[in-house]
Amino acid sequence: MATHSAAYGAAGAYRANRTARRTKGVLFAGVGLLSVLFGLGTLLALVIDVLRDGLPWLNWQFFNSFDSRFANSAGIKAALYGTVYMLFFTILFSLPLGVLSAIYLEEYASDNHLTRFIQVNIANLAGVPSIIYGLLGLQVFVRWAGLGRSVLAGSLTMALLVLPIIIVASREAIRAVPPSMREASLALGATRWQTVRSHVVPYAFSGILTGNILAASRAIGETAPLITLGALTYVPFVPNSPMDRFTVLPIQIFNWTTRPQQDFHDLAAAGIILLLGVLLTMNSVAIYLRQRLHKRF
Amino acid sequence: MNPIRTAQSKVGDDRTTGPELADQSLPADTSVRENDSALHPPVAPDSQPADLDRLAEAPGTRYHSMQEEDFVVAIENLSLWYGAKQALTDVSLQFPRNRITALIGPSGCGKSTLLRTINRMNDLISGVKVEGAVRLNGTDVNGKNVDAVEVRRRVGMVFQKPNPFPRSIRDNVLYGAKVNGYRGDYNTLIEQSLRQAALWDEVKDDLKKSGLTLSGGQQQRLCIARAIAVAPEVLLMDEPASALDPISTLKIEDLMRDLVKRYTIIVVTHNLQQAARVSDYTGFMLSNETTKGILVEFGPTNAMFTNPRDQRTEDYITGRFG
Repeated sequence: MATHSAAYGAAGAYRANRTARRTKGVLFAGVGLLSVLFGLGTLLALVIDVLRDGLPWLNWQFFNSFDSRFANSAGIKAALYGTVYMLFFTILFSLPLGVLSAIYLEEYASDNHLTRFIQVNIANLAGVPSIIYGLLGLQVFVRWAGLGRSVLAGSLTMALLVLPIIIVASREAIRAVPPSMREASLALGATRWQTVRSHVVPYAFSGILTGNILAASRAIGETAPLITLGALTYVPFVPNSPMDRFTVLPIQIFNWTTRPQQDFHDLAAAGIILLLGVLLTMNSVAIYLRQRLHKRF
Repeated sequence: MNPIRTAQSKVGDDRTTGPELADQSLPADTSVRENDSALHPPVAPDSQPADLDRLAEAPGTRYHSMQEEDFVVAIENLSLWYGAKQALTDVSLQFPRNRITALIGPSGCGKSTLLRTINRMNDLISGVKVEGAVRLNGTDVNGKNVDAVEVRRRVGMVFQKPNPFPRSIRDNVLYGAKVNGYRGDYNTLIEQSLRQAALWDEVKDDLKKSGLTLSGGQQQRLCIARAIAVAPEVLLMDEPASALDPISTLKIEDLMRDLVKRYTIIVVTHNLQQAARVSDYTGFMLSNETTKGILVEFGPTNAMFTNPRDQRTEDYITGRFG
């Protein structure tokens, strides 16, 4: 405006320096790209290495044989069955416990010091090293409860391990349901339970499911707590009941890598391919379900 | 729903009816208001003052006498705190049956808070403390033996932002009826509710379509249909048209004039023209630095907008602040 002083708004008051500003932007993008390439490149190299070693061993015999002293006749059957059994029981325990806890904490618990203390510590539990859960499971389930080194003891330990993850993920999903949906339902004379059952849980379903699948894939990859618990490394049988002893994929892989023969190392690579395949499939299903079932408001 | 009175009206309550209002009791304009959005001019008193039954037959008339009203909701010396922060201070007023009462006032004056005390939506916020009484047909809704669920069934609510469930139109309308154990015919209920909400003709062939596919104005009318499907006595509307375009807004206003024949409507609005166009009574609320949420003035809308008693009301409605 005409009434302003000459310096204000005058061209000379600015140092545009556009070249330097653009250079900074280009530099930043370059550093970002390098970071991406470094991380992905390393991963890619590892995967290629594993594929080269392991692919020739991936055949029916590998899937359908138990472990052996001879690499040629060794297979992953026991570990595969053990993983499936353990995963089944882990989800059986952790899913209802985790989802119900999350619903309670989000929808029912009043906002006081106790619930805030509980909430902070659930987040902390998600960060506790897994071997601690193994020690806990060894004492509580294997010794006190007398379950022995069974599938059941391993599953219960794993359920404790993934419980915080499920609770945190489910709470996030429940919190993402807009408050306007709860208000709309309650304002019509629905009770809190009717609101939770008809709206909150259905709308949060995809998020809860995704959280559970991710928790399950975490459980598949865990080794330390099961080793602590005493899951076996040489299991020439398929568990027939939850009370049987067992082994799982990562333990079998670990066991093979500790043997001196190169063939066993290649077997371990085959096991890694299988484990990676299972994990990637589960995560893809999680992403697909999230996209497919996601509700927009 | 029907003109049978379930509560004794408080006639001539001098807390809300000042002496200068007493002689403003104009006869009812018995011509039912159609779609005109301007204020009716005063009608010459050539007919006898309307009795209650005639008012009930023509609730769209714009001039009413406070003494002749039957009050559904009575707020008595209500104060409310969110934790340590006070939001309402000693508010007393009564909402007449089959009338539209508008609550106006600048942001933060407590009008939405007041609205939400009537169906106890403030219960959902932790740390809310209430003093005084909110009476629905004489019963304190915060009373010991009163269930908030039943209060909310009898006092429906329409929110600022249309919030249909991400379900079919049919399920949206039926939800409230189902959770309240409705035993009648679902299809009849859906048609009646949607017809009352002036939405039936637009959606009758597409009841399976998601409520979210409708336009904003249609969504809001769906929310109104959903609210009236549980047969409430009172409809609370919290700025029901503020998220809508002018045409949809007028449709909602026409709908309100139509609905008020069967329901008592309390509407919070920022839009003064809307309050003037649509309401029979208006309450003006205000907060200042020391006192939060006071009712400055309450009376018939035409009187309030043409001849406000309080200087602050006059300043507000003439646009001098707020």
